[in-house]
Amino acid sequence: MSLKRRLTDRIFWVVCGVAFLLIAAPSISVLVSVFHQAVPALGWQLFSHRTNAKATGLQNAILGSLILLGGVLVVAGSVGVAAGIYLAEYATGRTEKLLRFFSEILAGMPSIVIGYIAYLTLVVQFHWGYSLLAAVIALSALVLPYIVKTTEVALRQVPTAIREAGAGLGMPRTATLTRMLLPTALPGIVSGLIVALAISTGELAPLLFTAGFTDTNPKLQLLHQQVPYLTNVIYTDISLPGSRAHATAAAAGLLSLLLLVILITAGRLVARRARRQTARMSL
Amino acid sequence: MTSVAERPAGRTASGLSARARAISELTGRDRAVRAVLFVAALVPTAALAFLVYEMIKQAYPAIIFNGWSFFTTKKFTMGNLYGNVVVKHGYQAAQGADFGVLPLLFGTLVSSLIALVLAVPVAVGGAILLVEKVPARLQGALGVFLELLAGIPSIVFGLWGIYTFGPLLSRTVYRWIAALGIPWLSGSTGAGEGLLTASVVLAVMIIPIVASIARELVRSVPAVSKEGAVALGLTPTETIRFVTIPYVRTGLIAAAVLGWARALGETIAVLVISGDALNIYPHSIFDPFSTMAATIAAFLDSALTDSTGMAIHALAEVGLVLLAVTFLTNLGGRLLARRFSDAGLPVGRGV
Repeated sequence: MSLKRRLTDRIFWVVCGVAFLLIAAPSISVLVSVFHQAVPALGWQLFSHRTNAKATGLQNAILGSLILLGGVLVVAGSVGVAAGIYLAEYATGRTEKLLRFFSEILAGMPSIVIGYIAYLTLVVQFHWGYSLLAAVIALSALVLPYIVKTTEVALRQVPTAIREAGAGLGMPRTATLTRMLLPTALPGIVSGLIVALAISTGELAPLLFTAGFTDTNPKLQLLHQQVPYLTNVIYTDISLPGSRAHATAAAAGLLSLLLLVILITAGRLVARRARRQTARMSL
Repeated sequence: MTSVAERPAGRTASGLSARARAISELTGRDRAVRAVLFVAALVPTAALAFLVYEMIKQAYPAIIFNGWSFFTTKKFTMGNLYGNVVVKHGYQAAQGADFGVLPLLFGTLVSSLIALVLAVPVAVGGAILLVEKVPARLQGALGVFLELLAGIPSIVFGLWGIYTFGPLLSRTVYRWIAALGIPWLSGSTGAGEGLLTASVVLAVMIIPIVASIARELVRSVPAVSKEGAVALGLTPTETIRFVTIPYVRTGLIAAAVLGWARALGETIAVLVISGDALNIYPHSIFDPFSTMAATIAAFLDSALTDSTGMAIHALAEVGLVLLAVTFLTNLGGRLLARRFSDAGLPVGRGV
């Protein structure tokens, strides 16, 4: 092998290594920098106190974020999984293509546009005010296409033989779906839901004009009640003067990252099960 | 019977008679379930239609009021919200109101394109290294970086950009670039807020999208094709250049377009890092600027105080332009991918 070719090969891998470092370095740097800034605010009071001018508590924002995630799971989860099932198991021909196409276009919708329209219609026109329902619907519109897609893909990976077995036993389609297809596709569907939750955790643009914010703990009331959440604390507190506000902002960021790590870990465990499931089925 | 079993696999129904038979085999409960699922499947399409309809409805007064000057004016100002009201083309607006999307469109396109140019090579290089050189055992662990990077909230990126990354770049890299004295790449580097920092942070944000797709693509290259290349005496680098890259080119384009769409619509991180300069074109790459998405977020609050309502409509028109750009990007990516998909694959897919 000529020296030139060997050298090119070496250089190429060095460049790839640098590229990988450029991917890894920012994520480490973000973690370190957020942690470093959050240190003064860390402590049990984050969970035991609410946000106000005196203490660096985040209790209300944490609860609010969790309630929002629950709402997204209920609204986008149910609709998205059902839509994914229809696309994978029932839709045919042009309907199938069109529904999938529009769902993919919705996935590319800028989140601020969703927030803007949700504000003008749900919050103002419908007189819902800044509210849980408006926030959950805006977030759901954002993550719905992901859930539809992952559900559809998970069901498509179930071998046709299973459906044939159901039909051969004379089972109705619904029974085949609930007893045979869904349990098999479940890990894939769940990991899609987890991705949707991870996206929801980090979003701010659709919530900025739909959820509002309060220093009190969120109530489980759908309308006319503002909802505090973590990303809002980051956004407002970094523009406030004073190191305590900045530390609180960073602590809120750290907690969202923590939530993210939990979701990623859960997603990986589920995805591993999904892979084993697929491996077991492909005889 | 076979028609029932085969249809779910996603192939189109073989014929009308087979399809009719499949439907006749459904029980009443099956049909009810199917109807419910169908309604759910309509939701994403209905949501999209609602969003687009509302956007056009909200923007309509502004479209009439602004006319073509929306695309020629270099200024976006809501005017004196407490002053007199002016009427133009039958619509009211605050005095001095002048709505032009040009600087915002410029900021959106330039920042997202810089981000794309920076992100794609890094993402593809990293993905190739991860698949080809890292042992399978470590791949999962290192893949965590991608998932983490993908999930970090954009406001956290904003925080990182203004406090850590921007100042760092400004102190080091920007000084070196500015010292070269290239036009548009020189001048004061500031505190690190501005076009270049925002673009670099955008690049970091779209890397995981491009890289995770690239990783799957590189993995999907059949071992047989690569073995063939090795048997012909190609070095690993040449194998990648002549086998892997042509094989995955279509997918890479699609991945880049997905990343680009994300950069176009990114709001919060840009809002925090851009320095939020509304009515100026950046004179150098270090200057403050603004994008369409960031402007909507920044001005919605004050636009609400406009008693004529025109400021709200103008923001909707900005949003409509943003939607159009995102949609065209998506469509362009699909067409490009389709065009490359037959010509660019010297290695058969079914090897």
